[in-house]
Amino acid sequence: MGYRMDQAGINRVFNGLAKEYRLFAPKCFEYEGAFSDTDSIHYGEVQTIEEIELMKKSNHSFKDALLPISETLFYFTEDEVKVADAPAKGALLFLRSCDLHALKRLDAIYLQNGEKDFYYKRLRDKIKIVLIGCEQAFESCFCVDMNTNRSENYDLSLDTIDGEYYLNCQFREWDMLLKENALEETIVMPKHVTETVTKVHVPDNLTAAVAASTMWDEYDARCIACGRCNFSCPTCTCYTMQDIFYTDNGKVGERRRVQASCMVDGFTDVAGGGSYRKKHGQRMRFKTLHKMLDFKQRFGYQMCVGCGRCDDVCPEYISFSNIVNRLDSATQEVSKNE
Amino acid sequence: MSQDINTKKLKKNAFRVTKVRGKTASRIRIPGGYLPASLLSELQDIAQTYGNGSLHITSRQGFEIPGIDFADMPTVNEKLQPLIETLEINQTAPGTGYPAAGTRNVTACIGNRVCPYGCYDTVGFASRIEKAIFPNDLHFKVALTGCPNDCAKVRMHDFGIIGMTLPHFDENRCVSCKACEKYCRRKSVQAISMVNERPVRNEEKCIGCGECVINCPMRAWTRGEGSKKRYRLTLFGRTGKRNPRLGEDFIKWADEESIIKIILNTYDYVAEYIDRDAPEGKEHIGYIVDRTGFEEYKKWALKDVELPSEAIVYSPLYWHGPKYM
Repeated sequence: MGYRMDQAGINRVFNGLAKEYRLFAPKCFEYEGAFSDTDSIHYGEVQTIEEIELMKKSNHSFKDALLPISETLFYFTEDEVKVADAPAKGALLFLRSCDLHALKRLDAIYLQNGEKDFYYKRLRDKIKIVLIGCEQAFESCFCVDMNTNRSENYDLSLDTIDGEYYLNCQFREWDMLLKENALEETIVMPKHVTETVTKVHVPDNLTAAVAASTMWDEYDARCIACGRCNFSCPTCTCYTMQDIFYTDNGKVGERRRVQASCMVDGFTDVAGGGSYRKKHGQRMRFKTLHKMLDFKQRFGYQMCVGCGRCDDVCPEYISFSNIVNRLDSATQEVSKNE
Repeated sequence: MSQDINTKKLKKNAFRVTKVRGKTASRIRIPGGYLPASLLSELQDIAQTYGNGSLHITSRQGFEIPGIDFADMPTVNEKLQPLIETLEINQTAPGTGYPAAGTRNVTACIGNRVCPYGCYDTVGFASRIEKAIFPNDLHFKVALTGCPNDCAKVRMHDFGIIGMTLPHFDENRCVSCKACEKYCRRKSVQAISMVNERPVRNEEKCIGCGECVINCPMRAWTRGEGSKKRYRLTLFGRTGKRNPRLGEDFIKWADEESIIKIILNTYDYVAEYIDRDAPEGKEHIGYIVDRTGFEEYKKWALKDVELPSEAIVYSPLYWHGPKYM
């Protein structure tokens, strides 16, 4: 069912939903950007529609709500273990179509790839999705080429037109709450983009042979291995484990997992002091082919959803979409050498 | 006809006696060295019409237009009016040029209007200082720099203002990538060490350069001061003949309001203690402080100043540098 709402109405709806859910949405954190007097847009808890940043793309994605940046799994004493509590409330995630496709990829890794992940599942089971409609693509978006520009599997959609809100509800239980606070019932279709400025083409004949291309060498020097591309990516799922012994009492502690990046030093370190991918270009190659080749071979669809965040956040102006577009000539280069 | 010029008066009007007899130069202060590009054509016009067609970019971020006839000074002053108005220079009467030349132009690096390392808007702060201290005949030099790199070389000034970032750490956003530790160690003062996979900042050691914040990929490190900027204030660096020296730290984590107040208080102090017989009535503040002792200066400087709780005041201060007399 579709609804038209004013600001007061939608905030009453938020208020109602807050009884059961924590609302996570892209939010502007003033003065929290990397540079002075700049803001940061990332996910955070909101109470009202005004707090949600609907005009700009967030640098980090919704994934932080499902795969917390740093998550304590359990606490241990000398002979006991206590699993960390999950939040009592569920989570309502405000995200765009590309991100909703990214959620499918997170599910593939954490729920359909062998044993289900206990910590992911307990958060995942209690989320609901609010799809933010996209009137037009941001500069770095390439969702259309990745086929992620449309989504239908949302619980609620949200579009803003002339200061009013248009919502389409697909979760029946909320209809009463929405109806009570709406100006009117109407037919609503969430907006989606059909064209992007940035375009990518993944070659059909792409194989792992492209790893031998010289194209990767340039990133040895250009990339600083900061990991921003991974941390901002809604489909990167890697984490690392940390067992911490509290400094005041070395016999108790906690295990936590934190988001990890295949671009950052230490990711491929192994016992004995080895490291598989030392060169930054090789890390770039690994990341690119994981996103555009390996994942698809396993799950049948591309991992990258074309949100373009990696391009937005790279301090060295390395464009991942450009790397993808170079794969064609790199493939030709490699086949000539054979 | 031989010229009768009051050189004392023209100097206070930001002209100068040059080595070419009969010719003066107009000295144009640009607070913070930042100006709308459109004003350059005004300068070009003055230089080509009244000067010798050349223009010097001064060491204090101003312009000096040489080769002007003394008789043209009033016209040049009128021509300077659009500049003075656009740059919001405090003036006594419109059309009369720059009203004083004792206190020198407040200089600044580009700061956070452009530079990623800048911890604040240096030019904006420079303009606010300009508003507070001009016009003034006393010989004061104030300079601002965006971060501890000190590209503006503020430690060679009476008042050196160095931008600082008070880092705030949110452990829930940390992924232990060690970027902060690495950049602090390699580019700054090694104030961060990793404890239990997370960075711990040595507050005493930290110089507030902001490298941890700039290089954190997670926004775990942020600028905790928000809009309330923090600064290091250094005192009484100087160049010159007798004892050139670098300014010494006076306050770490000072705020803008306190710094302006301290500078204004220093004017009162100098008015009280300056050597009345000093040549041209000009004496560097540092020499006055050498005479009265630092404690006396500090008493004047901190009068009615309310520093933020985290501020650290250093005392006593000892300066160094070669002594030629």
